[in-house]
Amino acid sequence: MIRYIRRAAAFCLLLLVALLLNAARIQLFEADELDDNPANRRNTIDRYDEPRGNILVGGKSVTGSKDTGEQLAYERTYLHGPLYAPVTGYASQTYGTTLIENAEDGILSGTDSLLAPFPLWNDITRGRQPGGDVVTTVKDSMQRAAYDGLSGRRGAVAAVEPSTGRILALVSTPSYDPERLSGTGSPVTDAWARLNAAKSRPMLNRAIRQTYPPGSTFKIVTAAAALDARVVTDPDAGTDTPSPYVLPGTTTTLPNEASGCAKASLAEAIRVSCNTVMAHLGVEVGLDKMVEAVGRFGFNDGGLRIPSGVAKSNFDTDMSDDQLALSSIGQFDTTATPLQMAMVAAAVANGGDLRYPHLVDRTTAHDGDTVQQQGSRSYHQAMSPSTAMQLQRMMVDVVEDGTGSNAAIDGVKVGGKTGTAQHGIDNSGTPYAWFISWAQNPDSGRPAVAVAVVVEDASADRADISGGGSAAPIARAVMEAALDG
Amino acid sequence: MTPSTADAPPPELRLPKRRGVELCLLVGAVLISVYGYANVGLARNGAVPPDVAGYGGGLGLLALLAHLAVRFRAPYADPLLLPIAVLLNGLGLVLIYRLDLETPKDQAAPTQLIWSTLGVALFIAVVVLLRDHRVLQRYAYLSVATALALMIVPIFFPAVNGAKIWIRIGGLSFQPGEFAKILLAVFFAAYLAANRNALAYTGRRIWKLQLPTGRVLGPIVAIWLLSVGVLVLERDLGTSLLFFGLFVIMLYVATGRTGWIAVGLLLAAVGAFVVGSFEPHVHSRVQDWLDPFASIDAGRGPSQLAQSLFAFAAGGMLGTGLGLGHSVLIGFAAKSDFILATAGEELGLSGLTAVFLLYALLVARGYRAGLALRDPFGRLLSIGLASILALQVFVIAGGVMGLIPLTGMAMPFLAQGGSSVVTNWIIVALLIRVSDVARRPHPDQVETGVIAPVLEDER
Repeated sequence: MIRYIRRAAAFCLLLLVALLLNAARIQLFEADELDDNPANRRNTIDRYDEPRGNILVGGKSVTGSKDTGEQLAYERTYLHGPLYAPVTGYASQTYGTTLIENAEDGILSGTDSLLAPFPLWNDITRGRQPGGDVVTTVKDSMQRAAYDGLSGRRGAVAAVEPSTGRILALVSTPSYDPERLSGTGSPVTDAWARLNAAKSRPMLNRAIRQTYPPGSTFKIVTAAAALDARVVTDPDAGTDTPSPYVLPGTTTTLPNEASGCAKASLAEAIRVSCNTVMAHLGVEVGLDKMVEAVGRFGFNDGGLRIPSGVAKSNFDTDMSDDQLALSSIGQFDTTATPLQMAMVAAAVANGGDLRYPHLVDRTTAHDGDTVQQQGSRSYHQAMSPSTAMQLQRMMVDVVEDGTGSNAAIDGVKVGGKTGTAQHGIDNSGTPYAWFISWAQNPDSGRPAVAVAVVVEDASADRADISGGGSAAPIARAVMEAALDG
Repeated sequence: MTPSTADAPPPELRLPKRRGVELCLLVGAVLISVYGYANVGLARNGAVPPDVAGYGGGLGLLALLAHLAVRFRAPYADPLLLPIAVLLNGLGLVLIYRLDLETPKDQAAPTQLIWSTLGVALFIAVVVLLRDHRVLQRYAYLSVATALALMIVPIFFPAVNGAKIWIRIGGLSFQPGEFAKILLAVFFAAYLAANRNALAYTGRRIWKLQLPTGRVLGPIVAIWLLSVGVLVLERDLGTSLLFFGLFVIMLYVATGRTGWIAVGLLLAAVGAFVVGSFEPHVHSRVQDWLDPFASIDAGRGPSQLAQSLFAFAAGGMLGTGLGLGHSVLIGFAAKSDFILATAGEELGLSGLTAVFLLYALLVARGYRAGLALRDPFGRLLSIGLASILALQVFVIAGGVMGLIPLTGMAMPFLAQGGSSVVTNWIIVALLIRVSDVARRPHPDQVETGVIAPVLEDER
């Protein structure tokens, strides 16, 4: 019997070996695949197991985390929800993340390998570090000035520091409270459905994700192209543009809202916003050089990231001359994000050197040690320095003696440009009021701020006046907040 | 030959009792369990659980009482059996306590501690009252009658989670099939010890297979039909597989006829295929085994088996640490059938291997007692009891790890389940008893000073 007992024992040993091999198969060889199975909730649970790092504005956190005691423990809270929603985005357990919450998720959730004390540390320990913080470039007073200035109307404000590219304000209204999307369950799904169904589209980040026809504010770009291409050598010399102007190759005439535009100089055309002169100049510069010039400002660049992706501002690259003429005054297919137009103003203010816009100043580990510092870097030389000087003077004229007088600040050098964009079939839609500007303290060598404001429901539709009337005061409030130190 | 003094008395040859070793190992087993208990509290709440002293004291007291029973009534028993049982039971309590933290409304650890106490009490009772295992041989037919009755009774009770293996009286519920295991092993051992020559040598020969006569073959067919019957009526593939495997192993050991294994495997395969194909509850288990992720692809979320695999995977080599895994995602059976997934996730492959080796040691010690015993009944009984543990571990561990189709069965000592833990304590008590007989010095040996296993049967 002993022999058979031994064989039975060998059979039991076989069973044991089978179990051990199978355990090794699952726990070592198939583990990664099983860990990453989307139906495996462990990654999600681990993710919310610790409080998320915070997003800081002016040294103070605008976010928080609260322990709900549920399986997904920590939910995101927002201290000034709607005000900073266009900056932070949301971090939802149900709907994922957007904007900075998305772009810096690795730091905020603690998974970024930069947070680990040693390379591969997280891989070996299968753990994660406490979430780090993200310090933004936003200035609280400017953000509030822009938000209050829009006062619930649909619109957006983007403000950048021309010399560095730091984004100082990024506002989109109407906004929403991202905290409503933080957790799980029906309150969150209801809020999500309500926000998505709302006609005012509160979750749309109009400052970077929505493009508008830039209207007359685009004339700054056309002017820069004309000066750089030496189509215009003396901005104060008269041009040979008739008013009204017949679009090339058509019988359509382009009128002006302003008077005195016949044969007006470039400076005059900017000051009172002559459509005819600028459309004609665009055609004279020609499609190739226009496309090249707008590209230096950031148009047609779909890869701009601040670090969230910015919608591509469009200037068609294949157009007939009449289309080019309309495009040169910011109509036809030309569209721009508010951030793009703030970059246009910043390029002018900064002597033509356009800095790469960025919203994150630096990221830090949980204990405050800097993980990564976002330095200022050049994006493009948008125009020659002399062209920038000439445009600065022309933009100052707009504020001091033209359509942008509502943006004037006592004792400060302010340059601006108004715009009103018609849109919709037969221009039936509510026009967009634009204002782009920059401001520089006389005793400072560098401009303090460049701003772009767009208001969707401009009360008046007369060209440029509405830009000056609706948008310019908001820009002034934002610039004043910037100059206040 | 070593030179020895001519007039010196022959050296007194005594098998060491090893009771001191057993006590040391018991202290170790209790300390490891207490450490695990404290570990869970530290990991979850940053503090040692307030009742850790009570837990450790309780477990220690149970271990001490069991040890004293063994020391005085089975002094030659294998010193590894009791410490392994205490360690596995202690670890099981830790795992259940740990899972209780996730389900505040369903506290299973206190109940399990009560059942464990009852199990140890029965252990002591068996060790104290059963002086010689051969007594059981006399009750073979009473055993099988009781076993059959116990297995049939649950048919008249409503199904719980798809299997009709429970008896519910008031708030208490238990699985009579668990107790039936022991009784069946006793019956098999007695029947086979009595009939093994008839089974091996009589009857007609067909091709290479020596068929026994119908008189001795009858019980085999009866057992097979019974196991399939239990499975169909109670939807319990695990128990039928266990009974069948147990019978085949014992039959093989008793007769040494390899043909029985072939017949057994064939019958098992046919039975399993038929039932797996037509019984919907079992069929779904087989489908789940073939593709654990089908329900995910179908948008119905992960199945229990998929959740179990996720848990094992999350453990990796070293595990997440006690209290830090998420095996509670498995759902309702996390504390019972799927308790091994918690061990796999929180202790990792290393801890799981240790657990498997503890079981292997328990089984090996049962087999060792069988090897050393002289009477065929005792041999078959110890092999049978050890095989119950081995098969049970394989069936449930293989099931929750996707090696074989999942069948409801309790991991011995680890899983939540009163009937199971009590039954396993009785099994260990019987193993203690047989190992005590196996290691006890034979009167002849003491007199002659010869230590050699007396092999009454070397065939």
